[in-house]
Amino acid sequence: MAAKSIISRPIYGTLSPQPGKHHLFIADAEGALAITDLAAKAPAGFFGDAHIIFIPGPDGKHVATLEALKPAQFYQGYSFASALPRLKQTLANAHMGLRLYLAGTEGLIGQAMQTALEAGIDHTSMQTEHRGSLARRMQCVHCKGITENVTTQPATCSHCGLLLLVRDHYSRRLAAFQGVCINAEDRSEIPPMEEIFR
Amino acid sequence: MSTGTTKLDVVVSDVVPVNDLVTRFHFRRRDGELLPTFSGGAHVVVEMRDGERTRLNPYSLMGSPLNTSEYTISVRRDDVGRGGSLFMHRSVKPGLEMVISYPVNLFSLDLRAKKHLMLAGGIGITPFMAQTAQLAAEGGNFELHYTCRTASLGTYADTLRERYDRRVRLYHDDRDERIELERVLSSQPLGTHLYVCGPSGMIGWVRDRAAALGWPSETVHFEHFAAPQPGAPFDVTLAVTGKTIRVDEQQSLLEAIEAAGVDPPYLCRGGVCGQCETNVISHDGKFIHNDHWLSEEDHRSGCKIMPCVSRFEGRSLVLER
Amino acid sequence: MGITFRKETFRDDFSFKNSPEHIRRFPFPFHEDSYMYAVNIEPHVVGPKGSVLENLIDVDEHYVAEMQDRALVLAEDPLRCQSLPHMTLAGWDLLELLMEQQALGYPEHFTLTREGDHWRWINRPLGIDDTFTFGDVSTLPYGPMEYITRQSQGDFCILDQRDGNLWMDAGMVTTQADWSLDFDIGMNFFEWHAPVPLAHEKGIFIRALKFLTNIQQGKPARRLNWTMTINPRLDTSPENYHKWGPDRTTVTPENVGDKVHLRVELQSFWRLPRSNGIVFPIRCYLIKMDELVTQPKWARRLHRVIRDLPEELATYKGLTRYRPTLVEWLSKLDDGSATSPGFGPD
Repeated sequence: MAAKSIISRPIYGTLSPQPGKHHLFIADAEGALAITDLAAKAPAGFFGDAHIIFIPGPDGKHVATLEALKPAQFYQGYSFASALPRLKQTLANAHMGLRLYLAGTEGLIGQAMQTALEAGIDHTSMQTEHRGSLARRMQCVHCKGITENVTTQPATCSHCGLLLLVRDHYSRRLAAFQGVCINAEDRSEIPPMEEIFR
Repeated sequence: MSTGTTKLDVVVSDVVPVNDLVTRFHFRRRDGELLPTFSGGAHVVVEMRDGERTRLNPYSLMGSPLNTSEYTISVRRDDVGRGGSLFMHRSVKPGLEMVISYPVNLFSLDLRAKKHLMLAGGIGITPFMAQTAQLAAEGGNFELHYTCRTASLGTYADTLRERYDRRVRLYHDDRDERIELERVLSSQPLGTHLYVCGPSGMIGWVRDRAAALGWPSETVHFEHFAAPQPGAPFDVTLAVTGKTIRVDEQQSLLEAIEAAGVDPPYLCRGGVCGQCETNVISHDGKFIHNDHWLSEEDHRSGCKIMPCVSRFEGRSLVLER
Repeated sequence: MGITFRKETFRDDFSFKNSPEHIRRFPFPFHEDSYMYAVNIEPHVVGPKGSVLENLIDVDEHYVAEMQDRALVLAEDPLRCQSLPHMTLAGWDLLELLMEQQALGYPEHFTLTREGDHWRWINRPLGIDDTFTFGDVSTLPYGPMEYITRQSQGDFCILDQRDGNLWMDAGMVTTQADWSLDFDIGMNFFEWHAPVPLAHEKGIFIRALKFLTNIQQGKPARRLNWTMTINPRLDTSPENYHKWGPDRTTVTPENVGDKVHLRVELQSFWRLPRSNGIVFPIRCYLIKMDELVTQPKWARRLHRVIRDLPEELATYKGLTRYRPTLVEWLSKLDDGSATSPGFGPD
């Protein structure tokens, strides 16, 4: 779990069944277990109106478990990028009454939320549950490039190469934490790099 | 850090009976200048000087926000209320000088919405008159469902149909026409916002159904100004100013406090905005809470009251005013 | 009559200076000898002649130079000016507000003529004379917010009000004290203030939000905020932190008076009529230590404030590196005598 932090750092909850006409799940890797935990609490027939978009981890686990829930639609993607066109199409054709459930890594939750925000869903109405890696998506405030899967503090920007302090300040619009040059005032100061986001 | 609004000196420029129950009032500035710009859904508080008594009632602005040469409000006559609407209908004539507040909007459009779905009941149509005018001017996407008792009491129904054609659906109680709420709520594109204004029963029904059908609360907007209800007179001690006052049968607690020369801040006078929230120091008796501002817990605890719409029955009440 | 606009820079050779009249009108932000956060909000009403509050939107001798600096920043980084799609109406509200206020306060420099929605705007200092249709974006060279804020001193954040909160959904931000519009756009009031230390625990933001969401049309409010900047840079953005950050290592006892600047923000809050949003102009005033200490009361008081500032605040404001040098320099101007209450010089 993420440690206590500043107010802009996202807080994730526990998925629970919401009233609604349709239920759209987007999950990666261990996020599948958040869906099965929800299924244990869901009323009969709940998955009859559900669509699950799942991106398994490298081990390929949990696909059969999710299929066993018998959702109306099930999609297995190779990456978030490969699932994105389908997600956008689903949201563009959806009606009010669709509920959104996001589960898994912070990067997956953040990017799916970003797409849903653009489709007109308010972030407070989305259910989220964090499972798995705490690796961060980070935007370099200087060059604006996004570095994926940041696990160290500080971290090097994969675009401009500046050494960045990974802040807890988070933007839903960018689906990223903010990285700010850690030795801007005196570049000869090189703090040790520690692996802390796992 | 006192809040509250600035006042506008206006003159009644026209009084137009709309139907058996509703009359429209037009106001212009006494100095001939333009009135302040407003946004659809805004209201003004109208000061009514009726002999010894001053009443202040909120009314939605129903003209187009694009035209600020005049403000218009529509007042439905309430024969059993505290007399504010009767005063407007009987005593307000063209040429009368009145004082109104600056516009305040507690029922604002969410401009992010991909579509605006509006549900009106009876006189609840008035804020939608301004909101539809605003949206139409910007090419906004909206749909209005309007329920009224009979065609002859369908205030502005013809005007709306003429302006917006099939974007307006009418339902008449006397013809047993009912909105198919479930179908309407289930067929809206993602990103739609819902606005409802009308009798409290209708607002409650629509909110319940919307929640059950999966509309998140941020997408459901409603406006229900509670009118202050008449009731048995009661006495109140104002601890800060050291005054003891009597609240008459036809007077609100807020009006009685103001009549004693104490001026709590206010914006809506309808139990919505929270400005006049007042702490209770002690009480022996029962509160009659009519506001939409305090939590149920606040209501139960007896520590707070909204003097604009709520009353008291019992032996003693001491307020921090 | 009218203002004599200075030719000066906020970068490279840093030729920015205040005239003696502008030193006296500087909005010194400390009314007592110590500083802590408070909800220091008051009605934004017109103040004394010769003060920065003489007009509700202040235009001063730095106007032309500041607008030139803004144009340079935007050419380098267009992301400093952004407006989410639902905020265009609020942009028109802001255009109306700034044109009306500038024309009202400085008729010799600005003229607004309105005939229905047919408007003509003359800005003499910048040599602009445009006619356009109010509400029609195709009749202006930029969106309404960008158009008018390229001609108005200070940063501008436009906040959308919904669900009992304020959302930073548009802004022109080129003279900021180390925060990024591009990163913060779309955040609510608590989120964009998240990095501020101490104030959340004190409940400052909860009370401030309650006040701000109730701001009424025609009744703006204001507060002062402050920090310090090395060299008279308007653009101290996080985007360029790696460019201006090294300035902080250059302060020596010999150059404190010239390099160290007090940076005061006059923040005001206005309800916008058509959009029901709030605009939050953040007007930045800079004064170098040599100029500030010409007022002995300010010198004594600033010494005490900086010396006693809690460590968290000093860190947040980026003073850590040069605070000892600055305090030592200011201490020589503090004879320990009492300071009179209030902001103004004696």
